[in-house]
Amino acid sequence: MTCQIEITPKTESVDPWARGLLDQARELGMSGISRLQSCQVFVIQGLRDKGEAERAARHLLADPLTEDYRIDSSLLVEGAGRRVLQVLRRPGVMDPAEASVLKALHDMGLAATRVRTAKKLLIEGEFTDESIRLFAAKFLANEVIEEIVLGNAPLALPSEGRDNPLRLRTVTLLEADDSTLMMTSRSGCLSLNLEEMRRIQSYYREQRREPTDVELETLAQTWSEHCVHKTLKGDIRFRGGNIHNLLRSTIFQATQELNKPWCVSVFVDNAGVIEFDDRFDVCFKVETHNHPSAIEPYGGASTGVGGVIRDCLGTGLGAKPILNTDVFCFAPPDVPEADVPKGALHPKRVLKGVVSGVRDYGNRMGIPTANGAIFFDRRYIGNPLVYCGNVGLIPRSCRRKDVQAGDAIVVAGGRTGRDGIHGATFSSAGLTEESEKTSSGAVQIGDAITQKKLMDVLLQARDRGLYRCITDCGAGGLSSAVGEMGRSTGVEVDLERVPLKYAGLSYTEIWISEAQERMVLAVPPDKETEFHALLRSEEVESTTIGRFTGQGDLHLRYGGRTVGRLDMKFLHGGIPRLQREALWTPPEHPDPEMPLKADYGEDLRRILGSWNVCSKEWVIRQYDHEVQGGSVLKPLVGACNDGPGDACVLAPVLGSTRGLIVSNGMSPRYGDLDPYAMAASAIDEALRQIIAAGGRLERVALLDNFCWGNTDKPDRLGSLVLAAQACHDMSLAFGTPFISGKDSLNNEFQNGDVSLAIPPSLLISAIAVIEDVRQAVSMDAKSPGNLFYLVGLTRHELGGSQYYGLYEQLGRSVPQVEPQQARAVMNAVSAATAAGLVRACHDCSEGGLAVAAAEMAFAGGLGLKISLDAVPAAGPLRSEALLFSESTSRFVVEVKPEHRAAFERCVREVPFGCLGVVTADPVLEISGPSREVLIREPLLTLKEAWQRPLRW
Amino acid sequence: MSAVRALVLRTAGTNCDVETAFAFERSGAAVQRLHVNRLAESPRALMDFQILALPGGFSYGDDVAAGKIFANELRFRLGEAVADFVAAGRLVLGICNGFQVMVKMGLLPGPFTPSAAQQVTLTFNDSGKFEDRWVHLQVCSRTCVFTRGLAHLYLPVAHGEGKFVAPGDPALDDLDARQQVAFRYVNENLQPAGYPHNPNGSQRAIAGLCDPTGRVLGLMPHPERHFLPTQHPRWTREGLRPEGDGAAIFRNAVAYFR
Repeated sequence: MTCQIEITPKTESVDPWARGLLDQARELGMSGISRLQSCQVFVIQGLRDKGEAERAARHLLADPLTEDYRIDSSLLVEGAGRRVLQVLRRPGVMDPAEASVLKALHDMGLAATRVRTAKKLLIEGEFTDESIRLFAAKFLANEVIEEIVLGNAPLALPSEGRDNPLRLRTVTLLEADDSTLMMTSRSGCLSLNLEEMRRIQSYYREQRREPTDVELETLAQTWSEHCVHKTLKGDIRFRGGNIHNLLRSTIFQATQELNKPWCVSVFVDNAGVIEFDDRFDVCFKVETHNHPSAIEPYGGASTGVGGVIRDCLGTGLGAKPILNTDVFCFAPPDVPEADVPKGALHPKRVLKGVVSGVRDYGNRMGIPTANGAIFFDRRYIGNPLVYCGNVGLIPRSCRRKDVQAGDAIVVAGGRTGRDGIHGATFSSAGLTEESEKTSSGAVQIGDAITQKKLMDVLLQARDRGLYRCITDCGAGGLSSAVGEMGRSTGVEVDLERVPLKYAGLSYTEIWISEAQERMVLAVPPDKETEFHALLRSEEVESTTIGRFTGQGDLHLRYGGRTVGRLDMKFLHGGIPRLQREALWTPPEHPDPEMPLKADYGEDLRRILGSWNVCSKEWVIRQYDHEVQGGSVLKPLVGACNDGPGDACVLAPVLGSTRGLIVSNGMSPRYGDLDPYAMAASAIDEALRQIIAAGGRLERVALLDNFCWGNTDKPDRLGSLVLAAQACHDMSLAFGTPFISGKDSLNNEFQNGDVSLAIPPSLLISAIAVIEDVRQAVSMDAKSPGNLFYLVGLTRHELGGSQYYGLYEQLGRSVPQVEPQQARAVMNAVSAATAAGLVRACHDCSEGGLAVAAAEMAFAGGLGLKISLDAVPAAGPLRSEALLFSESTSRFVVEVKPEHRAAFERCVREVPFGCLGVVTADPVLEISGPSREVLIREPLLTLKEAWQRPLRW
Repeated sequence: MSAVRALVLRTAGTNCDVETAFAFERSGAAVQRLHVNRLAESPRALMDFQILALPGGFSYGDDVAAGKIFANELRFRLGEAVADFVAAGRLVLGICNGFQVMVKMGLLPGPFTPSAAQQVTLTFNDSGKFEDRWVHLQVCSRTCVFTRGLAHLYLPVAHGEGKFVAPGDPALDDLDARQQVAFRYVNENLQPAGYPHNPNGSQRAIAGLCDPTGRVLGLMPHPERHFLPTQHPRWTREGLRPEGDGAAIFRNAVAYFR
């Protein structure tokens, strides 16, 4: 029989979903809704009778204390002022709970065959159907993946689908003219340009046959911007010269020149790898998942986390993930609803969805999320950015991987469905108001536990030596993973062997699906049985779908018949070089004339309370940042565990004090004025945080992530060229190599006639090895009577600053990095830390000295009494520059009075000044050059200003 | 003297097995981490161990309710073995998700039989969301063998469903009377206090329970995450101590068999 069991919370106090929705309804001004009650629906097929349904409901599905259940009738009753809404997943969108419930029913000895879940909500009050549909569309469901149904109609099990009979399709290309070629590219969502289509046409003319659909798809996936980074590796004409492969001539070049012996693998594998200790290396990768997160924030962000974890799991022979990082860019959450362009989601919803997605996936994977940042700018409104990073620990014996002819191609983990079709090509095109409708297939759905099981068992298989090569199945699905792994050998794949979530997929869909939680491995024939048995023993599915051949071609079969055959050389080497124009015209914004003030307290409070500077505790606490036991410096530090730590420090090998410091830097607001300075500043910031936490420049590796507007447009590309050149110069000057990077180059939102580009957004992530984590330093003020120093030179650099931002000014004087001096400052601070002379250290960034001092004070629960006359400055500066200039390479440092001489010896070669003392009086007092008090604010007031905005 | 043997049981979604095993190892136990499927193949193998640990995590994704699917599995696949293990005078420790599992299979507050029903519950935090924060705990039970000699602990919690709920005041009174309340959330002055000191809104601020024998303990906070002195959130202010507060729980467990 088939039965429907409904579960509902007995009281509102145990119904957090309904409570959260009610708050949101009130925020939306829907005061007519007076009460909400949630309900979980399970439809179960295969139980023998009502008695079994009763057992399932009572012992498994309902909590005896907090929930009521009902079988085959609804607990939520409609009537006057009472309406029921159902949220159903669209066909093909899976709920992992269905498999869990089925397993549990079997554990109970019940022979259930299928389970389907859904959510219901009872709404009470005064409203119209139309208004609650609107409410549901805004907060309850995402219609990309879910369907909203009004009323209490019983839920049906979806049809099982039918096998897809083989229908071999070819595409007519040989005789096509240019416009037909482009039509074929567009209608197939291939994102191939004319020159690429022509190249493909001429390849098939040589072959004297038309391509099959799956061949064309394979080329589109493999040649997508997402997979090959053709812009950054192509030819760029800039300032009268030609740049042949921008990445190679800037970022790779610097790494090669530095030639650090501790760099194990750079820019080749799924993540960059450096040495950690005598047993382990560490790998680090940061990915973006912007377009999926714009359409479906929760799913997009969670699969972004899942994807970057698989990158590390697919590096070398597989790393154990030990840390997640996340950096987001959104429009401010208080943007009026009316200003949100059609087709875009409100930034508050995006933020909440993204944070929940990162939280649920990262926490379930048991990986601490301990470093991140959030930036706000209105230009992210149609195109939020979601950067997800992962660090992995990998035994030194697992560095090498290869593939040999005869090895089995094995796909392991999740099953393949229609999810994520065309993700790689979708992310290589711009977003439009239609994206929400047309790209639902491009949204992937995450299932963290499937991936956790896969990870646990693959690390055992690795240690038993059961496979020779591993890679993740990400953008482009099997087409990219298998195509890439077999590029030197050739492969044959039987697509009907790939395990499916449901029947009905075509061979092409199977080949390019971006269904999550899958890894592809090369398993030697003599290990196949043991490999599959091991995975099965922990309930992880694995299937041999083909062989590496030694034939040098990609051979796809379905039902025994060839459906695609491509020369690997053409697939990987045939793509024509892109030619792009780049130009850069510096904008002309003079610095504004700011009035001198007698009191800057209000300005300081307003900066502390701005979206970019305010406390991110609401986000941070939702992430488990301590799982695995390695945390040494947590993201929240200080007397009340709530101050803004600079970088996270962890000791990943339990029992060892050797550790890692991880930080990030980003300065999108400088990019409009000077992209070179912006990139230099981001690098300086990431390095500053490493140094502030107790690290040294000697063992730091960097990662780059470029998120830009449409770089087909010369001005966008020009700023990118300058940023890449800064990466090269700074990498060399600081002696810190880049080991991995990624770019996302089409972040524009087409709103009617206007194309809204994001600000140039370069994220720099840094990872450092610290020999003894007990040397780590936190940023909170420690004891009254200690001295307060500023190390590094302050200039009039308020261009793009938070201070100008308060007055809606941009200015011009962007902070510049003087790399030789920056390096000297950082080395001096490191030397003082290593000598145990530093009690607290905080980097000066957004908001300058005033914000850094305020944060150090309220994090420590201690006051500061400081004077600006001792600030080491480039010439006489006005008060607002001394307080709020964002000059780079500066630190505020707390030193015990007895260490004064020793500390000053460490920093004597670089600009420094002793500005004042830490006090027991809980007040921040800053006086100006002529001893006049410019800021005198109680810590409680400052901290409240800083904590209030995101106290949700 | 042969080593005290501890079994750290894991399944799909178990996260804290490695650090829990580390804590037992450092406390002198010989530890094995084992997948539940291996134990289900030969349930009697449980008796080879003196201590059973159910670590933190999101077993089976916390689908249906936190710990529920794993609790159901242990009850129906390994109920007899667990009952025999407890009856034989062995120790069971459940941390976070492990505590949720114990409560939902009826192992706590106990006494446990394979047909036991769930008597109390751990449900959604009052804040409605997962939170990672440090809490002060007062040790309450005089019979719990894991907390012998302890008065107060400082440990992190990291959960979304940790609010303790009992059927009513008499049930809560009974737990106190039988010395089954192992820990209560308190403030830094060890006084009763509301959120965030009581991080989830637990009734009577209950953070952990033991069975009437004191040999079966479950708690929401993570003692294995405050085992090393560098795990303390303020060690850079207050200095490094010899060990973290949680270490004593593991040492007491091992010492019980010495």
